[in-house]
Amino acid sequence: MRSHLLVLLLLAVLALLPQVAGQYHLTLMIPFFAYGIALLGFNLLFGYTGLLSFGHALFVGIGAYAAAAITSKLGLRSFELILVASAVGAFLVAIPVGLLSVRYTKIFFGMLTLAFGMLFHSFLFKFYDITGGDGGMRVLRPSLLGMDLSTLDKTAFLTGPFYYYCLVLLGFAGLAMWRMVNSPFGLHLKAIRENPRKAEYLGVRVRLYRLFAFLISAMYCAMGGAILAVSTGLADPELAYWTHSGNLVFMVVLGGFANFLGPIVGAFSFIFLQDQLMSLTQYWRFFLGATLALIVILFPRGLMGLLQDLGGRFRAAEAPAPQRISHELGTERVNP
Amino acid sequence: MSTLIQTLNVTKAYEKFVALRDVSFEVREGEFISIVGPNGAGKTTLVNVLTGLLKPTSGQVRFKDQDAAGIGPVRLAQLGMARAFQLVHIFPALTVGETIAVAVASQLGRSRRLFASLAGDAGIQKRVRTVAEIFGLERKLDAESRLLSQGEKKLLDIASAFALRPEVILLDEPTSGVSTGDKHSIMQVLVAAARQAGVKAIILVEHDMDLVAEYSSRIVALQEGRVLADLPPAAFFNDPAIVAAIVGKRTTH
Ligand SMILES: Nc1ncnc2c1ncn2[C@@H]1O[C@H](COP(=O)(O)OP(=O)(O)OP(=O)(O)O)[C@@H](O)[C@H]1O
Ligand SMILES: [Mg+2]
Repeated sequence: MRSHLLVLLLLAVLALLPQVAGQYHLTLMIPFFAYGIALLGFNLLFGYTGLLSFGHALFVGIGAYAAAAITSKLGLRSFELILVASAVGAFLVAIPVGLLSVRYTKIFFGMLTLAFGMLFHSFLFKFYDITGGDGGMRVLRPSLLGMDLSTLDKTAFLTGPFYYYCLVLLGFAGLAMWRMVNSPFGLHLKAIRENPRKAEYLGVRVRLYRLFAFLISAMYCAMGGAILAVSTGLADPELAYWTHSGNLVFMVVLGGFANFLGPIVGAFSFIFLQDQLMSLTQYWRFFLGATLALIVILFPRGLMGLLQDLGGRFRAAEAPAPQRISHELGTERVNP
Repeated sequence: MSTLIQTLNVTKAYEKFVALRDVSFEVREGEFISIVGPNGAGKTTLVNVLTGLLKPTSGQVRFKDQDAAGIGPVRLAQLGMARAFQLVHIFPALTVGETIAVAVASQLGRSRRLFASLAGDAGIQKRVRTVAEIFGLERKLDAESRLLSQGEKKLLDIASAFALRPEVILLDEPTSGVSTGDKHSIMQVLVAAARQAGVKAIILVEHDMDLVAEYSSRIVALQEGRVLADLPPAAFFNDPAIVAAIVGKRTTH
């Protein structure tokens, strides 16, 4: 119960934010929503199913290029169409990629997904005529729910209608994911992560369910990619580059993959941390890397793990039931 | 009584090493079969072949008149065969209730309910509770499996197999690593659970000859991969040569 209230409160704060926050920070919220959605999907595969992909930038890229192709090649503007096309495109690509990848686990799965990501990135350069190579592809201003917003200037669009649109989208994506991880389907994924051999003997079709998780994660990543591309007006090949896959992993680990809200906390912290560091020093990559190293060493369960420990200490002082804390925070523990 | 499992001249080789040679035997409805034999005799290999995990190098395996050689545990679970492992297999971070629910959901065909609430599924939860009660785990439903005692982990492993409502259940040393006193109580729980769940046949791999003598309706003795004897308990224990071959060489773990 408490957790539901907390989430509602957070959503309310986010809804009121445009009234109080400055424009600069509001524009940073768009990539936060985008990564929040992408990482919810990514973590279904990683935190819940136990498969760590180093290639999911591929699907972010598919979403971005779908947005570009639809707006600047096909001349259509509906953002709903872009979202559907991103998800369908990612789904179709994820079928063969997933079928081949989920035959393996652990490092072999990681390397295979990395390879597919690199392959896709090289395609973007190979088909220069369509994709624009390293220049990328322009993404024109989409319409939202049929409303033509092309007359708004860019900041007004991003901090106004698009902000609310993405917030609602994150809300629905989160709700759908919450239901998935708490369904019989989600239980099967966790069983596969914990002990695939045992799961098989209980009638769970391990590879098939790994594939399902892969497909869902790909669709979430693609929708995130479409939002990213709209926010910059560009489908940038960097979005599909393997270092971007690494960023996805970074964010989830930063937030804590063992927690439902971890990816969202990770996306938020990463974006604002990166922004701060970039404004402070040109060596921001170094400090970002150092931060990750520190997090992994000091707080292996990420920021959400840290919050839980703090909450645990706080509550242990007032009530003698420390082992119930993760439940009360409503933050489901996914990993030992 | 109808035949549930049938193996015909099953041979299983791990590369050059032959673990099973020409093994033929049957399991019929109502039977309680014990598989005995010294360490390394091939008992676990036989269980793996019977559950479709390993494909025999040659020979036939049939379950309920279907070819079951190498068809895999998922398919066999659907057909009605369940198994508990020699070394306990649990889902460490899942609770006792969730562990049993995996089996119940898959047996009820509800695995693909993407957006349905597991906690709110009265059908699943009711059966989870029933299974937990049979195995005396009802007070631990919300405990994480990794926090259970060794004996409770064994029981959970077995309970989740029972939750599939199988017709045949294979138990690979369900009492290994458990004190002698606990062995008997685990066996009693098991047999009662089998009766309650409508299990038609039990196959037990066991080193403890007291248990074997007490519960079996038939004993299959393996030695170096061959069937040395396939006899009712009375005949088995009256043959000193066989008993010596099986019990004499045994090393306990
Ligand atoms: N995967 C494998 N590869 C090679 N040899 C194996 C393999 N599994 C088992 N063996 C060998 O096959 C023989 C039979 O092993 P199995 O595990 O079936 O014996 P067991 O009767 O269950 O013994 P225990 O009483 O110790 O459980 C042993 O000699 C073992 O070393
Ligand atoms: Mg064995």
